[in-house]
Amino acid sequence: MSEHAAAADHGNLNYLNHETTLWSWLSTVDHKRIGIMYLFTITIFFIVGGIAALTMRMELASAGPDFLTPDQYNVLFTLHGAIMIFLFIVPGIPATMGNFLLPLMIGAKDVAFPRLNLLSYYIYVVGAIMALFALLNPIDTGWTFYAPYSTQTKSAVILMTGAAFVLGFSSILTGLNFVVTVHRLRCPGMTWDRLPVFVWALYATAVIQTLATPVVGMTLLLLIMERWLGVGIFDPKMGGDPVLFEHFFWFYSHPVVYIMVLPAFGVVGEIIPVFSRKPLFGYKMVCYASLAIALVGFLVWAHHMLVAGISDTSAIYFSVITFGVAIPTAVKVFNWVSTMYKGSISFDTPMLYAMAFIFLFMIAGTTGVYLATLAVDVFYHDTYFVVAHFHYTIQGGAVIGLIAALHFWFPKMTGKMYNEHIAKIAFVLVFVGFNLTFLPQFVLGMEGMPRRYFDYLPEFQSMHRLSTVGALVNGFGYTFALLNLLFAWIFSKRKASANPYHSLSLEWQTQSPPIHDNFVETPTVTDYPYGYGTPVEGGAH
Amino acid sequence: MNSAVETIPGEPPHAHHWTSVNAYHGAKLGMWLFLATEILLFSVLFTSFAIYRFLYLGEFHSASLQLDWRMGATNTAVLIISSFTAALAMDAAQHGNNKRVRNLLLFTVACGGIFLVVKYFEYSHKYDIGLFPGRTCPEVHADAASGHGDSHHGESDHGAKADHGGGHHQEFCWPTGDNALGLSDAQKEMLVSNNYKMYFGLYYCMTGLHALHVIIGMAVLSWVCLLASRGRFSEKYYTPVELGALYWHLVDLIWIYLFPLLYLVD
Repeated sequence: MSEHAAAADHGNLNYLNHETTLWSWLSTVDHKRIGIMYLFTITIFFIVGGIAALTMRMELASAGPDFLTPDQYNVLFTLHGAIMIFLFIVPGIPATMGNFLLPLMIGAKDVAFPRLNLLSYYIYVVGAIMALFALLNPIDTGWTFYAPYSTQTKSAVILMTGAAFVLGFSSILTGLNFVVTVHRLRCPGMTWDRLPVFVWALYATAVIQTLATPVVGMTLLLLIMERWLGVGIFDPKMGGDPVLFEHFFWFYSHPVVYIMVLPAFGVVGEIIPVFSRKPLFGYKMVCYASLAIALVGFLVWAHHMLVAGISDTSAIYFSVITFGVAIPTAVKVFNWVSTMYKGSISFDTPMLYAMAFIFLFMIAGTTGVYLATLAVDVFYHDTYFVVAHFHYTIQGGAVIGLIAALHFWFPKMTGKMYNEHIAKIAFVLVFVGFNLTFLPQFVLGMEGMPRRYFDYLPEFQSMHRLSTVGALVNGFGYTFALLNLLFAWIFSKRKASANPYHSLSLEWQTQSPPIHDNFVETPTVTDYPYGYGTPVEGGAH
Repeated sequence: MNSAVETIPGEPPHAHHWTSVNAYHGAKLGMWLFLATEILLFSVLFTSFAIYRFLYLGEFHSASLQLDWRMGATNTAVLIISSFTAALAMDAAQHGNNKRVRNLLLFTVACGGIFLVVKYFEYSHKYDIGLFPGRTCPEVHADAASGHGDSHHGESDHGAKADHGGGHHQEFCWPTGDNALGLSDAQKEMLVSNNYKMYFGLYYCMTGLHALHVIIGMAVLSWVCLLASRGRFSEKYYTPVELGALYWHLVDLIWIYLFPLLYLVD
């Protein structure tokens, strides 16, 4: 791969400054700008959802009611869950980093359907506005909208499920766009076994987005019909079956956790070889593991319902298949660690986040096996153990993955370098704060503390207090990390070179930030992007 | 924004980021994926219908007698013919015969119109005999509550179907359908049962969503028709005709499943 594009003098024109009016942003069909717009939008929701979480943690800092009523607490955890899931982490990595990087990584000028891409963004915005109205109205069902409570409560279920339907539409269109992009727009020489692992992960994610989301969309429409017209499919009072709702809901909402975390796997797979200066161990297995996770992820949904009254036979089936998810996941972890083995590791901020990801995701995966075990799940179901497990996968996995990606590709996106010292301090705060928040919650769960409770017995107080302190530290950490990046973008004088990490993958071979058309001329690829090991001229850093 | 698409009659649109051959295959792949999402959208309704038809076969059977299978069969024929003409339009486009494309698609859209008219008569008939969903109809409410006493019957003993005192379930007020035609007393009893309502709930959801797809399909094909009348298509470029026809075939196909499921329960 030549560095022709980086070398080419394109003046100072790039995708950020070739047009600068507000309208040129709002009407852009450039995948890079759309990615940036998503990034800012979801960050706003991350902050809102985070504030909701911190408010809950403050309330839980001591036993007994403090400054919230139980109803307000119900609204808050719904707000936190719905915002973080539907508005932040589902579009999280694919719509932001995926949009920005996918065409760059495969040597294309844009995604397959650029106008559809912009439409997805605006559909997302409409859904987000609907969701905000619903959440402020408020709604108190939790983000899962379980029937029959959701068919009966007076809160704004119709608006919120309508919003989730609209947001799902946005997600489907993004997924469809990405699948076609990967199939049709790879540059010459970019065969499937030369695709970066991040592209493989995005591809697997896009397949899930496209195929799982319609199911929950229709389910939520049926819930709306149930409330409006009394169709009675989910309401036992009318002959319906609430467990059917749970089946439909989890048929999407289990695969959706892979929508959240698979792209993060991809990010880690990109970062580790670059900072270990070694070829990615078992490259093909890492790629296929993404597809395997996506596939098996479709077959395990009812492990959320092991105690919901499904038959023993199906409970055993879903338990066993769930254990199966651990295999491709462990393949990935094994390969990342093997990549680092005897590598020349440099501990830059993206690498720190990637290593934290591996550590946290090991805990997340292992506790997931506890929960998939039938006998154990009877005890752990609906306790803080589940809350802690879920946050280890989604915050410790997907969010850390997103933050890692933001640091890693920040020079490419902005053309600037961030302050490494502050970034490392923020990392320590995030890592310590996160573990301090959720390790005690495993203990609380094992001691029997139920989730979604506004109050608790006095003996749980010390662990809850630790958790609250951890949440504050965690919150400060994210604030520092994000402010550091924002300040660097606005004020930093340190220009980033085209390829500051001497990475071999294609997005680093064009200038930072990339020009509007990505590459001066369409690149040609001759090898997979992880052929490190022979010394690179100039060395790493 | 240099990915603005230039159009020259007969030539594929030129987008900056791909070649026209690739664009054609990409558009087709995108369309097939979209059709897959449509099938998954309907799959929730089909699954619900399958489960409750199995559980409440008696109610679903007698409820389906309220539908006129002749109207359903007419609509099935209309849609199959329209699908055929859509396929012919595709063929005509590949031969660059824009006028023929326009005429065939006009016929296809007209068939969609006929389908909707028949559907309108079906819906309005059901409205007249009181088989429609909704919240408020207090005068029927009282009837339903009084007729409710022994509406339990042995078709199934599904645990969820607990008895609930007079009119309690009537917060969603479905009419009793007393003026429905040709019903035995036993069937009238079933009419006030919940599962009978569930049948019509599913009926309206499934046919309503399908009708929405018919309307969208008509809009899409009308747009393609407009392009054809401007002489847009040639052997080099016929992507919109193909994609529009694909969509229309799916709409047709879903109805081919809906018709026996809803009208011919036995």
